[in-house]
Parts: sequence; C-alpha cells; structure tokens
Amino acid sequence: MLKLEARPQPSQAMSVASPLIALAITVLIGIGLFVLLGKDPVRGLQVFFVEPVKSVYALSEVGVKAVPLVLIALGLAVCYRSNLWNIGAEGQYILGALAGGWVAMQATAETSRWIVLAILLAGVLGGVLWAAIVALLRDRFNTSEILVSLMLVYVAEQLLAYLVYGPWKDPQGYNFPQTITFATVTQIPRLMAGSRLNIGLLVALAAVVLSWLFLFRTYRGFQLQVGGLAPAAARYAGFSSRTALWTALLVSGGMAGLAGALEAAGPLRQLTPFVPAGYGFAAIIVAFVGRLHPVGIVFSAVLMSMFYIGGELAQSRLGLPKALTGVFQGLLLFTLLACDTLIHYRVRWKAAARPVAAPTTATATVKEA
Amino acid sequence: MESLALLLAATLNAGTVLALAGLGLLVNERAGIVNLGAEGMMLVAAIAGFATAVHTGSDVLAFAAGIGAGALMAAAFGVLVIWLNTNQYASGLALSLFGAGFSAFVGIRYTQEKLGPRPSFAIPGLADIPLVGPALFRQHPMVYLAVALTLALAWFLYRSRAGLVLRAVGESPESAHALGYPVRRLRLAAVMAGGGLCGLAGAYISVVYTPLWVEGMTAGKGWIALALTTFATWRPARVLLGAYLFGGVTMLQFHLQGEGVEIPSQVLSMLPYLATIVVLVLISRNPTWIRINMPASLGKPFFPGG
Repeated sequence: MLKLEARPQPSQAMSVASPLIALAITVLIGIGLFVLLGKDPVRGLQVFFVEPVKSVYALSEVGVKAVPLVLIALGLAVCYRSNLWNIGAEGQYILGALAGGWVAMQATAETSRWIVLAILLAGVLGGVLWAAIVALLRDRFNTSEILVSLMLVYVAEQLLAYLVYGPWKDPQGYNFPQTITFATVTQIPRLMAGSRLNIGLLVALAAVVLSWLFLFRTYRGFQLQVGGLAPAAARYAGFSSRTALWTALLVSGGMAGLAGALEAAGPLRQLTPFVPAGYGFAAIIVAFVGRLHPVGIVFSAVLMSMFYIGGELAQSRLGLPKALTGVFQGLLLFTLLACDTLIHYRVRWKAAARPVAAPTTATATVKEA
Repeated sequence: MESLALLLAATLNAGTVLALAGLGLLVNERAGIVNLGAEGMMLVAAIAGFATAVHTGSDVLAFAAGIGAGALMAAAFGVLVIWLNTNQYASGLALSLFGAGFSAFVGIRYTQEKLGPRPSFAIPGLADIPLVGPALFRQHPMVYLAVALTLALAWFLYRSRAGLVLRAVGESPESAHALGYPVRRLRLAAVMAGGGLCGLAGAYISVVYTPLWVEGMTAGKGWIALALTTFATWRPARVLLGAYLFGGVTMLQFHLQGEGVEIPSQVLSMLPYLATIVVLVLISRNPTWIRINMPASLGKPFFPGG
C-alpha cells in the first residue's frame, strides 16, 4: 500500500523537480491525446515545443505573449504568498487596457511620444482601482476576495463591451464594436524591426528584479510572507494584516493593469470586445508553476506562451481546436499540484496495515477469558 | 400581468440551475471541503450532457452523463486534496481552468448542433390556476426535482444519522476520526456527490435552459453558486431561496430590456454579478454570524496520524 510520510523538512530538490515531473506527465497525457485524436504525436509535440523556438521571429512571438503573463503572475505571486486569493487578474487587466486605451485615444499627430508613459501609468491606475474594490470590501466587510475579484471580471467584460459598442465606438468603424485605431505616437516602442516585441519586455524584466528585491530583500516583503505562512506569528510580531492585504492586492492589480495597457497600446492598437485573452487566468498557472518565485515565473511564462502558440499552430497545421492550449495549461496546474505532494511528503511502500501488537492482545484476551 | 407570470417562470428556471449547483456545493462544504472547481465541473458536465442528448436523444441519459462527468472531475479533485493534501483553493482553481479548456476543446464540434425546446410537465389541477398556475406548475421536471432535493437534503442533514456523521466530518474531523468514522472516504463521497449535483446543474443549462452549446456558457454560475452557500449560511432551504433570488435578478435584465427600459444591455448584464457582490458584503459584514454558521473545519486539511 502506498503511504505518505511527512518529511521533517520540505525537500528543496523536489521543489525544483516537481514542475518538471508535472510537465513530463502533461506531455505524456498530451501524447495520449494526440494518439486518441488520430494525429501523429511526434508532429504534435513538434508543434508545441519546437516550432515556437525555431526562428528569431517565432521566439519573439513567444516573448510577446510571455510579457503580460510574467507581469500578471509576478503580482499574483505577491498575493498568493500573502495567502490572498486574487483570481480576478483578468478583470484588472481589462481595466488597465481600458484606462490606457482611453489615454491613447486622446492623442493626435502632434502629441509627444511621452504619452506612452501616461498610457502605462493610466493602465496601472486602472488595475489598482479594480483591485482596490476587492481590498476595500475584504478590509471593511470581510468579503471573500476570491468571489469578489472573480465577479469583477464579468463586470469588467461588460464594461468593455458597453464602451466599445457605445460611447467609444469608432464612427468610421462600419458599425463594428471597436474603438478608433490609436494614433501612431501612442505605439509602445518596439525593440527590433520585423517583430512585435516591444519595450514591454524590458519592463517585465525590470519587474522581475524589483519583485525579487521586494519579496526577499525588503522588510515589507518579509512581513507579507510571514502573514501568509503563519498568520498567528505575524500577529504576534505586530505585522499589520491590513497593510499586507492592501499592498498585495494593489501591487497585483497594478501589474495586471500595466500588462493590459502594454497590450492595448502594443500589439492591439485599439479596443475591441476581444481584449480579454485569458492572460489573467493563465497567469494563475504561471505563478504556481513558477513556484511563486520571480525567476521561476519567467521560465513558466515562456512555457505557457509556447502552449499558446502551439495551440494556434495545432489549429492551422493539425486541424485541432485552439482550445487545446487551455487543456494543456489546466492539466499542467493539476499535475503540478499533485506532484507538489512530493515536496512535503515521502511516498513509501508499506505492507497492508497489520498492527504488530494484535496477536499478543488477542492471546491476552483469551487468557483473561 | 402576463409578462410578470413569464418572469416568474423564467426565474424558477434560472434559479433551478443555481439551486442544483448550490446544493451540491453545500454538501461539499458541510464535509469541510471548499471546491472552487464548480465552474469547471459545470462546463464539462454541460458539454457531456449536451453531446449525450445530441447522440442519444435521451434527456435522462444526458443528465446521467452530466452527473457522471461532474462526479468524475470531483473525484480527481477529491483525491488531490484529501489524500495528497494539496491546497484546496489552488486545486479547485486548477479544476476550473482545466474544465474551461477541456469543455471548449471537446465542445467545438457541437457548436452547430441544436436541441429543440424541452417539454415541460404540468402538474394536473395546479397548472390550471390562472396566472401563477402555468408559471409555477408547468415546468421542466428538474425544477420540481430541485425543490424535492432541497427538502431531502434538509432532512438528510438534520434528521438522519448519516447526515449527522457528515456534519461531524466537516465540523471536527478529528472527533469523527476518533469515533472510528472513515473521514477521508466520507469526504470523498461528499465531494463526489457535490460534483454530481454541479454536473446535473451543468447538464440542465445546456440541455434544458439554453438548449445549445457555447464555449464558457455557464458564465460564472458556478461561482455564483459558491457565493450562494455563504449567503445561505450553509442551510439547504436558504440555498433554494437564494437561488430564486439570483435567478430573478438574472431574468430581470431581459424583462427590463423587453419593457424598453433605457439602460444599456451591458449594464443590465452586470446585474447578477453586482448583486452577488452586494449580497456577499451584506452577509459577510457580520463576522460572528458567518463564524457561527460555517462548518468549523471548512478549508482545513485533515491528515490522520501524520
């Protein structure tokens, strides 16, 4: 019989190995799925793991999708480390895109290039505002941040739809639900010609360094994590859980908002009902697979971004639905959580539980009788 | 008056979805386990039920498929959180994300399929009462079943020995374990029963409520059902009441649009979600009220003997 035995200390090695084991299991299930669907599994794996890194252009596309994932996941990691379950990053992302997009729409041909900064700042504020609602309700009324942040995703989606179908609709847009295309000056500067990769990549890398410093080198970051791991200890040490609540939620909201603004003024260039692309939800997986660690998040974001591109390629080359991306992403998180058991527990084979003392007790009973 | 009767009928219909899922989650949480995977289980059950209805033409089989799909997913979740001691929130979230992806993947070939409207069942005599009769008593059998289930569950929880054990498992797994009850197996059973009911709710959406398949068609109903258990302070009758209340809010938007009220449709579509937030605030603002009613071990892992 398999038995779990608590390890005296969580295994460092397993903490690194577990995402890799989870990935291997996900790949195995993927192979099974391809076979089941009558597709060549080698071809399928190629589409997901080779094609996206084959050329500089393909790689840059991986980067384009990884940037928002990194940004959002970094914020979520701060939240989850402080044991706050913000799962509405998608809504905060939409608000960031809306706020950034609104600034971008004000630009004309004469506007300075510096408007890009205003766009990004507006994005951050939009995300912060949406997360502040969650923080306020949790702080004042003890309302579940899980449900409120998620409900606000649906509200944000409707708000976006209202704006692009109504007040913000492009009069020359042939009645399509979309805003005007933003003026050229608002374009987030690109890193190289012929690729959609922009300075968002540098912003994301800076955010990785900053959040590493915040989490592991600042007192506030330390307080946050203690509050998440051992609330009683944090209270005893006099760390304010209210400060932690607000910091974590506002940081994660701001990061998601920043990602939204970067996306709106970057690859999208206008707002449509299709702004939400599921990055906010995929980033939850990125955060966990990256061990809630800034560096791990970079790796897992690249992986998740490859899943996105692999899903698109699977659609065009193998005739499989694009939703395959979601299947793999979900599977990865599920297997990861299962594998994480190995960090805290050792799996042991044990003979069927037969208490050693039983025979003696039995004889004792007989004697007594 | 005519339109009011229609609104009433539609409210019962929409409320039934939430009631079924809410009752399922109630069983779950009474056993001490929070399953954030409701949305995912409902989506997978919705496509399982819809596909079954398309291929077999049998609603009974479709509902069975929905229940089976929900219970199966819940079982995977249950093994993860009950035996492998993974975090309940993260695992439930994984279930929701996987369910959304998987249902979209499987469902893509069913987006063109259509099922006709489902026959309703009139309760003889009562259905002939003017005005409210047709609204209340000419409904799909599942509407009545949700009411019956509520009563049955209330009886089970408060009047039966098994219900008492289930509550003990949620309140104090240590005591239940000490008394010799197989806590983990009972919790798995509760989780699977909850998943089955969420699955039934999902199949009801795609087979009866809007007889078609659209990606992500549950539109947050699983999450609203989760909020409903808090709203109901973990009592079956209040789950049913809350479900009709939310069903009413959901239907009100279409009603207002029909009446030509000058509010953008998107603003009306926000109503159920905003209502959920408002209700959560009203309920949660009194922490003692929640603490008294909440199963004491809700969300806490139990690992007998280390």
